[in-house]
Amino acid sequence: MNRVLSARPVVWLTWGALIFFMLNLVGIVGAVVTNSFAESWFGTWLPDGYTGKWYGEAWRDYRLLDVLVVTFQVAIAVVVISVLIGVPTAYALARRNFPGKKLLNVLFLLPILMPPMTYGIPLATVLYKFHLAGSMFGVIAANLVPAVPFVVLTMTPFIEQIDTKIESAARMCGANTVAIFTRVLAPLLVPGILAASILVLVRTVGMFELTFLTAGPTSQTLVVSLYEAMSSAGIRPQQMVDSMAVIYTGSMLVLLVIALRFVNPTQLVTRLKEPS
Amino acid sequence: MTGQRFAELHLDHVQRAFGDTVALKGMDLTIKGGEFVALLGPSGCGKSTALNCLAGLLPLTGGRITLDGKRIDDQPPEKRGFGMVFQNYALFPHMSVRRNIGFGLSMRKTPKAELNRRVDEAVRLVQLEEHQHKFPAQLSGGQQQRVAIARAIVLEPPLVLMDEPLSNLDAALRLEMRTEIRRLHQSLGLTTVYVTHDQEEALALADRLVVLRLGEVQQVGSPEEVYAHPVNRYVAGFMGYRNMIPVTVTSQEGENTTVHTEGGIKLVGVKREELSDKAVAAIRPEDFTVVTEAGDNTLDATVEIVEYHGREQAVEARLKNGERLHVRTNSRLAPGDAIKLKVPVERVLVFA
Amino acid sequence: MTALLSPRDRESPSPRDRKSLERASLKHRLAEKGVDRVLWLLVPGAVFVVLLFVYPFLYGLQLSFQPKGGGSPFQNYITFFSDSYLAETVWITLRLGLPAALFNVLASIPIAFRMRGRFRGKRALTTLLVVPITLGTVLTAEGLLAFFGPTGWFNRIWMALGADEPAKLTHNYWGVLFSLIITGFPFAFLLTLSYLSGIDPTLEQAAATLGASKRQRFRTITMPLLAPGLAVTFCLSFVLAFSVFPSAVMVGNPAGETHVMSIAAYETALRDNDFAMGSAIAMLMALVMLIVIGVVLIWRATLYRGATGGKG
Repeated sequence: MNRVLSARPVVWLTWGALIFFMLNLVGIVGAVVTNSFAESWFGTWLPDGYTGKWYGEAWRDYRLLDVLVVTFQVAIAVVVISVLIGVPTAYALARRNFPGKKLLNVLFLLPILMPPMTYGIPLATVLYKFHLAGSMFGVIAANLVPAVPFVVLTMTPFIEQIDTKIESAARMCGANTVAIFTRVLAPLLVPGILAASILVLVRTVGMFELTFLTAGPTSQTLVVSLYEAMSSAGIRPQQMVDSMAVIYTGSMLVLLVIALRFVNPTQLVTRLKEPS
Repeated sequence: MTGQRFAELHLDHVQRAFGDTVALKGMDLTIKGGEFVALLGPSGCGKSTALNCLAGLLPLTGGRITLDGKRIDDQPPEKRGFGMVFQNYALFPHMSVRRNIGFGLSMRKTPKAELNRRVDEAVRLVQLEEHQHKFPAQLSGGQQQRVAIARAIVLEPPLVLMDEPLSNLDAALRLEMRTEIRRLHQSLGLTTVYVTHDQEEALALADRLVVLRLGEVQQVGSPEEVYAHPVNRYVAGFMGYRNMIPVTVTSQEGENTTVHTEGGIKLVGVKREELSDKAVAAIRPEDFTVVTEAGDNTLDATVEIVEYHGREQAVEARLKNGERLHVRTNSRLAPGDAIKLKVPVERVLVFA
Repeated sequence: MTALLSPRDRESPSPRDRKSLERASLKHRLAEKGVDRVLWLLVPGAVFVVLLFVYPFLYGLQLSFQPKGGGSPFQNYITFFSDSYLAETVWITLRLGLPAALFNVLASIPIAFRMRGRFRGKRALTTLLVVPITLGTVLTAEGLLAFFGPTGWFNRIWMALGADEPAKLTHNYWGVLFSLIITGFPFAFLLTLSYLSGIDPTLEQAAATLGASKRQRFRTITMPLLAPGLAVTFCLSFVLAFSVFPSAVMVGNPAGETHVMSIAAYETALRDNDFAMGSAIAMLMALVMLIVIGVVLIWRATLYRGATGGKG
């Protein structure tokens, strides 16, 4: 009881700041959502009237179906390829100590540490040189640069915590290398792969810079066409951009809710077993 | 259920190094079919290395292993067909008890009907009928241990390897599982190599003990031999000779050796090795008797610490020269008591 | 052949055996160093990182020394530092990135502290705090413009509270800073919470039994164990804030107050088609970022970085 009382001022300050932050956040999101449903809204507390027509118009005018299909294709391709490349790498890094391992670790850490612009511009230059920029291939390749290291980084500790004795036990039962991977390791890795995949998916859908630098007119993902729509505003009503932003946030929210079902966000760096 | 018997498994100068440190220095050992052999020693003595070399999980850096004359050390573990029980059980967490036990059979593409029959039999053998559809995480330590044993023996392997299988269990369960392992060995006759650091466990289970130290075999023999006649002070220390008194050798007559402690007390004992001047006299705590009269091989001591152990007391006493003695006795003693301790000549072993 | 063998040699391994032994021992020596067949698994990853990261980066580096207009190889860098409009971007970026990262990390600590342990609605609150990740820069920008704008809800309340004129919070430094906090805070919070959850609570309980007050426990137990994690969190938050691009354009003043390095790099490379100069700015960006991270990590190296008592 005493402890709770002595902590009061800090507690109130923390919750107060948090509520202020939240109120502003609600205001920011609320303003966009309200505007996306507004007939027109100039200099008043609330819009003059409400309509859902902007969603339809944005859907048609910005060809959102095409954009969503591209976004989906890019994201799935990035997830599949980054898992296929990243998981074997993570396995080797988790299980072996070999000369040059430190260097490789740094190389896999840098793309996550570097601002995307710093390697995005040279990468875009190289892709333009080989006439690969502007295509789906270029967008996928660029998005793989942070995605593969991300899979490696999340899967390495996950593999490390699987006891090597389990692999030995399978070997003693007569399992060869292929059987160990398919029958023992793969089922044990599924939760980790699922978690890494969903995080890569969220990151790729939200990745602006790399897609922006490498995409052409037919290979834009939702974030980029949203940005383009906003920069070229003035031609079309603000409400259309806002309704598009709401669509984007809605789909990200769905992804995040799915992600949180598979990943406990408090266990990103340490896997602490909470008593259930 | 009986294993495919072999006649002789031969370790010929088996060596294993990790970088510059040699964990196993040329081990020679012959294991006969049906035998229960225990590798005994403290951690770091090379016993687990030897077991992993036998299993094929560690490649050798020298020497060879032959099974009935056929070389096997170049084969991967999955080709050798041995069974192994790991210290932490290493059960597959994503498989039920039945699927864990049947894993090896399914790797050998055993027909479904036979697989089920043999898994049933193994489950019955380790008394897990009620738990066979559970997952490892739902089982207690002892039950997990039974699964691990069943998984190793269901294949009826020519050789079962056990790596400190009881060390993760609590004391009562350890005794129960010890009997269980002995019972399984007696009924199935599976050749077993068992690694442990617990001499009591090794003495209770094994037909033959191999005592290791720093990667070298110290003594090989039946439990009785090793217990009663340790070949050096190291094995003696491991076999319960807790008192190691530094002495000077004064005279030798055949086996019988007269020595003096640093405090000048005279002791007569049995020589176990070639001796120089300096030696140690090794005495078990239970070989002392508390006497009232002075005489040969009798030491004066003062009781310092008394532990109650039921029928016996464990006593720490101190000699006049400050040397500490461990004594087990039925007499009721109290700290501060002045006592005389007598030990028979044949129970004093003198080592170099 | 046999004639050459002395009787003693007969017991040594046959030539075939010996050969296989030598082979085994080479294999063994390599395996000892961790080199065996498992390393083949690294090949796709290594090829990938070299092809798509190392090569482009080095290509960009050498390109930056080949100025479009010819001249000294360092011409691009000389231009950057002599043109005050470009040179200033370094300070503009740092002035945005450092405070944003610092604020996000510092604000995360007390909130993460409140979120420790188990209580009702913890998952809901965590989700609520993480939601801003989904907003994306454009919705945040639109929202900031509408909410903090001269006729937005914020300024209406501000005026109703008695202010003389609306606060100018968009199309300048503050708009971008807010945007960085909104998008960066959830991330910093998650990481901090994650590090904090990894500290065994019994350590604090042990300190309490030894007579440490709540404040002393925080200062002597929790903070030292949390500090290395906070350093990493700061680095990652800084990287996020440092690469600010879309929000600096949309809610900032991209030609003036918030003309950050990434805008300069993008504009020279892809708008003016001067890839050499663009690469030079990108390299400088990487350099500035590595310096800041390097300083933080050197400081971190002086801290205790062992186990924090969390299982696994």
